[in-house]
Amino acid sequence: MNAPDASTPMTTAERASRETDRTEALSRGESRLAKRFAALREANRAALITYVMAGDPDPATSRELMNRLPTAGADIIELGMPFSDPMADGVAIQRAGERALAGGQTLAGTLDQVRDFRQQDDDTPIVLMGYLNPIQRFGETRFLEAASDAGVDGLILVDLPAEHAATLTAKARDLGLSRIPLVAPTTPAERLPALLAQGDGFVYRIAFNGVTGSQSLDLEGPLGSALAQLKQQTPLPIAVGFGVRNAESAAAVARVADAVVVGSALVERLVESGVEGALALTETLAEAIQQARQSG
Amino acid sequence: MTDFPDANGFFGDARDGEPGPRYGGRYVAETLMPLIGEIEAAYDAARIDPDFQARLHELQQDYVGRATPLYFAERLSEHFGGAQIYLKREDLNHTGAHKINNALGQALLAQRMGRKRLIAETGAGMHGVAVATVAARLGLTCVIYMGATDIERQQPNVQRMRLLGAEIVPVHNGTATLKDAMNEALRDWVANVDDTFYIIGTVAGPAPYPRMVRDFQAVIGRETREQMIDRHGRLPDTLVACVGGGSNAMGLFHAFLDDTDVALVGAEAAGEGLDSGRHAASLNGGAPGILHGNRTYLLQSDDGQILDAHSISAGLDYPGVGPEHAYLHDSGRASYVAVTDDEALGAVSLCCRLEGILPALESAHALHEAGRLAATQRDDQVIVVCLSGRGDKDMDTITRHLMPEGISA
Repeated sequence: MNAPDASTPMTTAERASRETDRTEALSRGESRLAKRFAALREANRAALITYVMAGDPDPATSRELMNRLPTAGADIIELGMPFSDPMADGVAIQRAGERALAGGQTLAGTLDQVRDFRQQDDDTPIVLMGYLNPIQRFGETRFLEAASDAGVDGLILVDLPAEHAATLTAKARDLGLSRIPLVAPTTPAERLPALLAQGDGFVYRIAFNGVTGSQSLDLEGPLGSALAQLKQQTPLPIAVGFGVRNAESAAAVARVADAVVVGSALVERLVESGVEGALALTETLAEAIQQARQSG
Repeated sequence: MTDFPDANGFFGDARDGEPGPRYGGRYVAETLMPLIGEIEAAYDAARIDPDFQARLHELQQDYVGRATPLYFAERLSEHFGGAQIYLKREDLNHTGAHKINNALGQALLAQRMGRKRLIAETGAGMHGVAVATVAARLGLTCVIYMGATDIERQQPNVQRMRLLGAEIVPVHNGTATLKDAMNEALRDWVANVDDTFYIIGTVAGPAPYPRMVRDFQAVIGRETREQMIDRHGRLPDTLVACVGGGSNAMGLFHAFLDDTDVALVGAEAAGEGLDSGRHAASLNGGAPGILHGNRTYLLQSDDGQILDAHSISAGLDYPGVGPEHAYLHDSGRASYVAVTDDEALGAVSLCCRLEGILPALESAHALHEAGRLAATQRDDQVIVVCLSGRGDKDMDTITRHLMPEGISA
């Protein structure tokens, strides 16, 4: 509620030079996301992507948790932008958004939370995840500039399908921001090339038809073969999300994907047992992922 | 004007070489995109299939009871002392509202696509009753999502849906009204894509819904046009309909879009007044944004969060509006006014006493605006009001507000 204006003053020339640097970095594979995935590939380890809702349950707690996630083992942070009507999210993330909004979280405040994080960590990639309306209200171009400025690396926009994404994706790319494509179990093979061609950063493979956090994973079934097929079609790393709840499922995903997304379970843990509880879960998952490919 | 939407589901076009504001589109999660494409393809095939159209027409006639009368409201017209007021009697449809026109069309499409399970959101319960009804008729399973707040204020319709064999799922999230029911129905759909068809009740949602629902409701305007020409040899001067999502209004307006001499007027719900902040008038008091799969006018905060709508009528209690209305609003082809709770109640009372017709609270918003306009017009002018539904479902609310001491008073 008391968040300062998200766009810090910057001259046009400074902005242009910085944008050029970031765009070049993105195309040369030197973005934070590309560097992080390259390092993990070197170490033969999957990434742990932790989702937290910005401002949940209050701005101070959310910032503390986010700032401590890398030390606990998070490789990439997905930061939820709260929205009143999150139609693709399950109950855990809906509630997290409600708490954040009740605590006065705004989009400007979310960008400020990223800026705050960047004071102490310039390496861990940050991906914002949410819905279009708050962004459009903020102003699409203004938002992309402010996000790039604050140190955001990528965007996952749940209700922006590839058909409507061309303009935003191009603008984001010019600012060094990756628009991460979502691929669903329902996505037909003929639709994939267009989705993947537009995408940057990594591919987010939704594990099953449903909302976030609503089921547990079954990697024996169609998901395993779908991932194998997807790998043939894109050089981008593949993250799997919607359904990782514990060490066992995290390890299973880590064996077949480049990144493991944990969201609802972490958000629930934060409510049940606070920052320390959420960090403990992060450590457990990080350890499971670390060992996943060694043990087989 | 009748060529919209375009292939991407947008209403609106370039102006002076610059891209103008466009509404509609398909802003949904990737999981739903392929499904929506399937529905669009199936609908486009059904639309030109004589067998599908014949089956739809037969059921419209023998099951729904179409055509509905275009009734001259003689005493209401006398009362206002100006234009002649006609009522398009959608309240006389089976299940008591225009909602069944669309529910029947979509349920037949679902059946054609081999889907066994229908889901729907409902506010006042009229769409839910219509879907539960056609599900029973076609032998399909039916699940209705309804806000807990609405369940409380629309008990008779809840009981009706249960009697018809539908499962009612109360929604406690958010404001526990229509928009939250729609969120929950979308979540169900994402999880049950294989066997489920989502029957959206209004001209909103991702493409092709705004077009498909409009087309199924357009029978209202087609009949009105024929009935007017048969009786008066000319078109009406003004059409008035209430607008929540706006399906009865689009249904009435569609056949007249190119008749630019016919004025189109939508009556939004001003609730306790536009200045009170407690209203549901997205065109008069909202701003463009994206919700439930389409770009349109929305009640929203400065930070882009969707605001709670308010109206005495649950059917208008929605913070958005169909994208074609957003386009007609911006282009100036239709005008949209806002009518308060009290004005709508006044119109209910007047219509009961003068015509012996109990209108739904939703429809009463249009009646009020029609009366106001009639009084300013000559007696050779004609206004057609869409009487979109009957008011039996609203008896509790109406009694509480108009007769606090009881019916006998």
